Amino acid sequence: MDLTQAKFDYLLRQGDNALILSQQLSQLCGKGPALEEDMALTNVALDLLGQTRMWLGYAGELEGQGRDEDRLAYLRDVRAFRNCLLVEQPNGDYAMVMLRQFLFDTWHYFLMRGLSASSDRRIAEIAEKSIKEITYHLRRSGDLVVRLGDGSAVSHDKMQAAVDELWTYSGEMFLYDEVDQAMVTAGIAPAPEPLRAAFLQHVAEVFEEATLRMPSPDAYMQRGGKQGRHGERLGFVLAEMQFLQRAYPDAQW
Amino acid sequence: MSKEWPLWEVFIRSQHGLAHKHVGSLHAPDAAMAVNNARDVYTRRNEGVSIWVVKAADIVASSPGDKDALFEPSNSKVYRHPTFFPMPEEVKNL
Repeated sequence: MDLTQAKFDYLLRQGDNALILSQQLSQLCGKGPALEEDMALTNVALDLLGQTRMWLGYAGELEGQGRDEDRLAYLRDVRAFRNCLLVEQPNGDYAMVMLRQFLFDTWHYFLMRGLSASSDRRIAEIAEKSIKEITYHLRRSGDLVVRLGDGSAVSHDKMQAAVDELWTYSGEMFLYDEVDQAMVTAGIAPAPEPLRAAFLQHVAEVFEEATLRMPSPDAYMQRGGKQGRHGERLGFVLAEMQFLQRAYPDAQW
Repeated sequence: MSKEWPLWEVFIRSQHGLAHKHVGSLHAPDAAMAVNNARDVYTRRNEGVSIWVVKAADIVASSPGDKDALFEPSNSKVYRHPTFFPMPEEVKNL
């Protein structure tokens, strides 16, 4: 596989993960269960959007076809998106929002730690810049998983239901295809096994403190998002996100 | 038990500030979450280097009704106010 093409794809994966999760979180703006939570969600959404710009900006430069971060974000159709299935799962109740965030943050944190040692200088810089924000995201979502899991009977049940619902989307990130593998071979990305071990250990620790039952890591895991095979819901997310640029091409502030 | 989270008062020490300053209040279920929330609500524009949170219920305050008894007496006694001393230029933060 052509290395530049693989790297472009890999950059899209990073950018699209951050972009789609950011879009989903910003849909909750003004609807958080408390003012403090509302602001926190929006802050995380903004952090992720900033990271998106760096990933997609680099991807566009590497591609060299004149597509900048905006064109990549707003003018690609659903099959061209490379985000994992986890981030496109619906917001649902607050337990779902927080658990999706926690699973993503945990993987994101360990991945960025790996990428900060990347042989690609630019990727290492983006990872180093992002990891400060992600460290906080992880602390916050973990804190909330513990408090809801080990909270009232109702909050515990909702959190356990979210775990059971979302668990099947927690493995795709570690199923490496030829793009990921090309990145590992080139010293650009970390290998999946240590990443998965670190992920599972942290999740197990937090779930134990939260009195949540952790499903088997070897359960069947949904896959396909990284290769552009998405659930139908992503189309609706994009419809809202891309509407303005689609209806008024090249509109600017 | 009340369904509302308790109220916390937030104090932040800014980049160049010497002391923590009261910046406002927020709701949070416990102290650790109060620090998290304070970070999100009050420090997103480089304001702070340190956060204190205190349960509002734990603050002991003077009563507004005691204002005269507590604060009035010295106003008429000009010798109580150190306004006659020139401050040396070199002494910062006095």
